[in-house]
Amino acid sequence: MFDTLIHYLEYPFVRYALIVGVLIALCSSLLGVMLVLKRFSFIGDGLSHVAFGAMAIAAVLNFTDQMLIVMPITVVSAVLLLRTGQNAKIKGDAAIAMISVGALAFGYLMMNIFSTSSNLSGDVCSTLFGSTSMLTLTLRDVIVCAVISVLVVAVFLLCYNKIFAVTFDEGFASAVGTKVKRYNLLLAVIIAVVIVMAMKLVGSLMISALVIFPAISSMRIFKSFRSVTIFSVVLSVVCAVAGMLISILASTPVGSTIVAVNVAAFFLCWGVGLAVRR
Amino acid sequence: MAMIKVSDLTLGYENRAIITNLSFSVEEGDYLCIVGENGSGKSTLMKTLLGLQKPMSGSIVFGDGLQKNEIGYLPQQTVVQRDFPASVQEIVQSGCQARCGWRPFYNKEEKRLAEQNMERMGIKEYARRCYRELSGGQQQRVLLARALCATRKILLLDEPVAGLDPRVTAEMYELIHGLNQEGITIIMISHDITAAVCYATHVLHIGKRTFFGAKEDYQNSDFGKLFQMQEDGESHV
Repeated sequence: MFDTLIHYLEYPFVRYALIVGVLIALCSSLLGVMLVLKRFSFIGDGLSHVAFGAMAIAAVLNFTDQMLIVMPITVVSAVLLLRTGQNAKIKGDAAIAMISVGALAFGYLMMNIFSTSSNLSGDVCSTLFGSTSMLTLTLRDVIVCAVISVLVVAVFLLCYNKIFAVTFDEGFASAVGTKVKRYNLLLAVIIAVVIVMAMKLVGSLMISALVIFPAISSMRIFKSFRSVTIFSVVLSVVCAVAGMLISILASTPVGSTIVAVNVAAFFLCWGVGLAVRR
Repeated sequence: MAMIKVSDLTLGYENRAIITNLSFSVEEGDYLCIVGENGSGKSTLMKTLLGLQKPMSGSIVFGDGLQKNEIGYLPQQTVVQRDFPASVQEIVQSGCQARCGWRPFYNKEEKRLAEQNMERMGIKEYARRCYRELSGGQQQRVLLARALCATRKILLLDEPVAGLDPRVTAEMYELIHGLNQEGITIIMISHDITAAVCYATHVLHIGKRTFFGAKEDYQNSDFGKLFQMQEDGESHV
């Protein structure tokens, strides 16, 4: 078993996949704690479907670099979604559901009508479940991913106290003069960027798992914002690495294996949490 | 000059006014209690004082060197906070956020300020405890300590005793009264008019009719008597 692993690790694309996997797990879990607490658990789902729709448009228009279309569309949707959360005629969850389902249907429709590919359902499947694109990463993808991750972590650390304050109590924060809108905007942009990045790893259907599970698991055990955040990052990275190694050895799909490991970790944390409280 | 001077204020949502032509002023060291029926616009007024909402017309002027971000605020609890994983210390420190400006982390002085205020509110022993595991009264003390980190001059309290049992309610009123004695100006929204009026120096009654003035005048006015009688009647049912 160990030999097989070593053997696989000799391929650069496997190493790339591992590096990108760890970075994405790190970034998504960092934001996860805040999103779950703000009752925005489903924003990952919504935005990834928007990204799927955008990808379909990019594919139909034959764009060589899909990111040029996907990124701006997703960022704009994120900003709109987080804004409706505050003063909305259509409430947060309904808005997310509308955008997400609408974009998914629209994307599939576009692909169906205009696609030249012979294996349409295969294309759709891999965008939704992220089956193979993980193994087609180039060095350039890895570098882009690393740069974005460093930026996300840096912004998070620098704004940590403000993020806490705004998440815990928006009213108080703006009453004492913190620019709440500015931080919400910043977070929306970061979330969109992370989600577009994460689509490569687990596909658009399962991104929510990467965002939600580590945070929820961590909240079972830990009680301060800082410890919850730190543990959810550690847990997320461990689960991602474990999931990827298992998927290599057992030749299972990467995305769903990582999510399965996260689910298992959640039940473990739940048990530990119950035991500790007793 | 008054600490806060409100003149001809009209408040409302989407062109529908709830409060019209309201004028009052708050002097340093005052203890103003805002009373009125549900939906009379008490919370809207407080949000406007805090600058969270724009008035439809009229003006609010801060005097005595009071800066807009020097107001301590005790909001009503939100659903989000009830299961929020945060330690008491983290929450109290977040009261210092306005002092930081662009500086990303709290410095020694701010951490000490947080510690002092925890001590002042008698919650220092809970510093490392989780907020959601505390009782309602303890949680209010935490939020009060946070508000005190944001101000040395004035506190705005939105129903500080909502949901607390009678004993803890009395403690809370004593605590707020103590802060007022130390020289902090208090503006408080309350349902519980009899208890509130007991400590207040001034009363602002909003609703179909408006009253603003010293507590004694309010108690002696027909209008105040009537309202108090109604309240008593309700609480005895």
